[in-house]
Amino acid sequence: MRQSNLYIVLYAVAITIVSGGLLAFASQALKPLQDANVELERKKNILSTVMTLNEGDDINKIYAARVKEIVIDFNGTPRDGIKATDIDVAKEYKKAAADRLLPLYEFRDETDPTKLNYVVLPVYGFGLWNDIWGFVALQQNLSTIQGVSFQHKGETPGLGARIVSEEIQNRYKGKSIFEADVLQSVVMQKGEGFDYSNDPHKVDGMSGATLTAKGVNNMLQDYFNCYLNYLKKNQQNLSSNL
Amino acid sequence: MSAAVAEVVEKKSEPLFSKKNRKLISNPLDIDNPITVQVLGVCSALAVTTQMKPALVMSVALMVVTASSNVIISIMRNTIPSRIRIIVQLAVVATWVIMVDQLLKAYVYDVWKQLSVFVGLIITNCIVMGRLEAFAMGNKPGPSLLDGIGNGLGYGLILLIVGFFRELLGGGSIFGFKVFEAMGLHYTGNGLMLLPAGACVIVGIVIWVQRSINGHRETH
Repeated sequence: MRQSNLYIVLYAVAITIVSGGLLAFASQALKPLQDANVELERKKNILSTVMTLNEGDDINKIYAARVKEIVIDFNGTPRDGIKATDIDVAKEYKKAAADRLLPLYEFRDETDPTKLNYVVLPVYGFGLWNDIWGFVALQQNLSTIQGVSFQHKGETPGLGARIVSEEIQNRYKGKSIFEADVLQSVVMQKGEGFDYSNDPHKVDGMSGATLTAKGVNNMLQDYFNCYLNYLKKNQQNLSSNL
Repeated sequence: MSAAVAEVVEKKSEPLFSKKNRKLISNPLDIDNPITVQVLGVCSALAVTTQMKPALVMSVALMVVTASSNVIISIMRNTIPSRIRIIVQLAVVATWVIMVDQLLKAYVYDVWKQLSVFVGLIITNCIVMGRLEAFAMGNKPGPSLLDGIGNGLGYGLILLIVGFFRELLGGGSIFGFKVFEAMGLHYTGNGLMLLPAGACVIVGIVIWVQRSINGHRETH
C-alpha cells in the first residue's frame, strides 16, 4: 500500500499543500508585525547617525518630531507628491545615477523645528559578496560627516561584516566630503592600524577586508555624486544667508 | 551508519533516559561526532567559525532544528513512502525552518537579524538530513529528540573549539573581547585563520587529537 503510485502521488500532493499553506499563512499573518520591525529598524539607523540612542527610547516619537522626509532628483530639485518611504533605495540603485529618485532626511532642531541640524543621505552599493547600504549624516555645512551607519547582507563575519560595528563607523566622524568646492569622497584605505586623523578624506582600513572597503568607497562616491547638485545648491544658500 | 543507531531497537515503554538513550547524547560528543567522525556539516563549520559568537548562534539554531525535525519525521515515519522519503524530509525541514525564521522576524527582530543568514545553511546542512535518514526514520520520537540534541551538541562543541582558535589567532579576541590588548600585548592577526583554509587546518588538528585520545580507527 505504501509503495503504490497513487499513495506516493497523494502523499506528495498533501505535503505540498500543507507546507505551502502553512508558509503562506505565516507570511500573511506575520507581515504587519514584520513590516513594523523593518520600518523601526530604518528609523533607528537614520537616527543613529546623528545621535546616541538609548535603550527604551521611543524611536517612532523622536523620528516623527525631528525628521522631515523629502525626495529630490539628480538635479537637486525637490519632488513633491512622492513619499520618501515609498522609495525603494535598492531599486533606485539599479537605475542610472541621473534617473534615481533620492530620499533625504532632514534632522531638525529640537527647539526650533525650522532650523536644520543635519541632513541624512541614504547610500547603497555592493560589497564583496552582496549588497551593502547605509546612511550618512552631514553637518550644516553639508560637508562634514556627523556619523554613518552601514548595513550589509552577506559580508564575511569578522572581516567585511565589521562595517556594521561602531568601531569602524566612528572612523568616519568628522571627515569631510568637499575639498574647497570640489567633491572629494572619504576613502577607506588598505591596511589597518594607521593614523589618518590629519587627512579629512581618508579613514583607516579593515585588515582582510579590502574588497568590502572598496565597495564602501564606491558606494559613498556614487551617492555623493547623486546628491552633489543638491549639496552644492544648498551650500550656496547657506553661505548667502550668513 | 553508526553503532549507536543499531543499538537502539524499538522496545515498549523504555524510559527516556535509559542507559542506551543517554548514549544518544554522549556518543555524538566524541566517538560518533557529526563533524570529526561522520564528517557531516563541514561546510557550515568552515563558514561560521571566524568568530565565536556566530558559531554559538549557529550551534544552538542547528540543535533546535535537528531535534525538532527529528521528532516531526519520527512521528510521520510510518506514513512516509520510502521512494520519496528524502524529498519529504527536505520539505518538512525547509517548512519548519522558514516558519521559525518568520516568527523570529515578527517577534524578536534583533535575534532574527543575527540568525537569518544561517537559515539557508541549516536547511541544507547534512547533519539534519543525515540524522533524519539514519535515525528518525527508524526510531520513536523520544529517542529521536535525544539523538537530535546530542548531534547538535557534538556539532556545537567542534564549532566552538574551531571558532575559539580562529578568533583568537586570527583576530586576537574571544567573543569580541580583545584578549591580547587586555594583557597589554600587541597582536597582529593571522589572516590565514580567518580564511576557510585555516578552519580546515584546525578541524584536521582536532580530528588528529581526538583520534589519538580515543583510539578511533576507520573500519572500512
